[in-house]
Amino acid sequence: MCRSKVAVSLTSFALLCCGLALAEEPPRYGFGRPATEAEINAWNIDIAPDGTGLPSGRGTVTKGAAVYAAKCASCHGATGIEGPQTRLVGGQGSLATDKPVKTIGSFWPYATTLYDYIYRAMPLTEPQSLTSDEVYAVVAWLLHTNGIISAESTIDANTLPHARMPNRNGFVSDPRPDLSKSMQRE
Amino acid sequence: MPVLGAIDKGSPMSQQNEGKVVSSELDGNNPVGRRAWLISAVATIGATAASVIAPSLLPAAEQSDTDPTRVPGRMPSPYGARASAETARRLTTATHSLTPHQSLHGIVTPSALHFERHHNGVPAIHPDRHRLLIHGLVERPLVFSMADLTRFPSVTRMLFIECSGNSGKEWKGPTGKMVQETHGLMSTSEWTGVPLSTVLAEAGIKPDAAWVLAEGSDAAAMTRSLPLAEVLKEALLCYGQNGEALRPEQGYPLRLVIPGWEGNTCIKWLRRLKLGAMPFMTREETSRYTDLMPDGTARQFSFAMEAKSVITSPSGGQQIEPGFVEIRGLAWSGRGAVTGVEVSTDGGRTWDQARLQEPVFPRCHTRFRFDWRWNGTEAILQSRCTDETGYVQPARAALVAARGVNSSYHYNAIQTWQVSPDGQVTNVQV
Repeated sequence: MCRSKVAVSLTSFALLCCGLALAEEPPRYGFGRPATEAEINAWNIDIAPDGTGLPSGRGTVTKGAAVYAAKCASCHGATGIEGPQTRLVGGQGSLATDKPVKTIGSFWPYATTLYDYIYRAMPLTEPQSLTSDEVYAVVAWLLHTNGIISAESTIDANTLPHARMPNRNGFVSDPRPDLSKSMQRE
Repeated sequence: MPVLGAIDKGSPMSQQNEGKVVSSELDGNNPVGRRAWLISAVATIGATAASVIAPSLLPAAEQSDTDPTRVPGRMPSPYGARASAETARRLTTATHSLTPHQSLHGIVTPSALHFERHHNGVPAIHPDRHRLLIHGLVERPLVFSMADLTRFPSVTRMLFIECSGNSGKEWKGPTGKMVQETHGLMSTSEWTGVPLSTVLAEAGIKPDAAWVLAEGSDAAAMTRSLPLAEVLKEALLCYGQNGEALRPEQGYPLRLVIPGWEGNTCIKWLRRLKLGAMPFMTREETSRYTDLMPDGTARQFSFAMEAKSVITSPSGGQQIEPGFVEIRGLAWSGRGAVTGVEVSTDGGRTWDQARLQEPVFPRCHTRFRFDWRWNGTEAILQSRCTDETGYVQPARAALVAARGVNSSYHYNAIQTWQVSPDGQVTNVQV
């Protein structure tokens, strides 16, 4: 008697588990094929804020000045201010004014994003053409020119995640909707 | 050349070209084959050739505006084109193009007029070579071809896509002349694809996955980090737009479409989905598509496009005549269905309900209409919509009071068009 009750409850438990597993595991169709390590590595170019994904290599501010002059200055200006494309330098303290200037120094919250974006998308005419040493170097120059690291600094996979960006805490989650219904009707 | 095939249907050359000369085969059995050929030749070769051919040989329709019931029309064509008198076109810049809503009807944007925003050009991608990689916090990293993706159970939905910068120039004042300029960074299509949830289940989502990085195979390798629980609800991996394959400008051959979210999250030319525990904090979600507030903080991951409407006719740059005028416009909300649109012709002092064209789809453009008799005096036209959450599109003053004028994105204030006594319509802010 006792024994059969246990058996029944065990069976129920097994059925329940089975049911849960079915509920949680959607049907699979068997489409697609396993990705190879080589395929993943070829496209896995994102860099996380903790530095995950950063490659080997290194760059100095001095080397970065040369890379910047050769590859970036024609669009962003000799000192990163003149343009004609996006301004990269300065603007710190301007975000709460009537004329905010959003730059790497005034606005960007993570230094790692510089590596990710510059390698991924720059220069506009030759994206993904810079070597890791060139990217580290131009990141070093941009951080230095924005007053974030010293002229003697070297940037690599170990140092970049620790560069302290001035606007690191400047972002908030989306609180919308902004307006109460009564405000909207006014 | 169709011309050769038509002249000598039996020649070896026409046999070789058989696949390209469908019209000549029809001509062979057609008693007016010669005239049809002339029409076809004129249509194919163009005006230069037409002017070379002696006028006496031309069909009447090519000489003057005669009755089209007296001359055979042109032959069927393999891929259609609009009437030659139709000239609505996108306004283009280096980075985007704008939909001419002042010229469109209903809710569907023709694929050829769907707005564009891209970050380093439109890539040329052969669908047979395109791959989607899914990796990161998944049980089984997988690669899919387009043929694989189109085998999954599919879904079709009518959805708007709106750039978060749509109407962005209006933050600083009434900038756009036409509705194409003020509201041209949005369009509606019928989208077909496979639910993102279906494809991710194939790879097996690990329990600690909370974000997904979507990446395009354009020259910006455009990326966004997206909260997994949210995008698993409704996001689609789309390969179809308005019944055919996506247009190249819309992400051919594969685009992520997230109903109701800002357009930049709907990654085009999608090649990679990487699941992670935290947002990846790419440039697009840190320094780019974030909304600066007057206190200097910036809102991040502001995905939903809130309720908004605009009168597309009469609208800026148009001219109206006294008498009956049907006021027409579009309303939409990224948070669901539009439940009502009100129209004012007196600058917001009084409001009347507009008619909504059924069916009303959630997160889709909704066409509204309002019967009006213009008496020839100055009028101030506005529309204001409400969505299923109860949210009411705000007046400009209320929106600016809440957000200032430097947030660049998510401008959804009531749009105002002024009709002057001479019937001219202009963009104003009240």
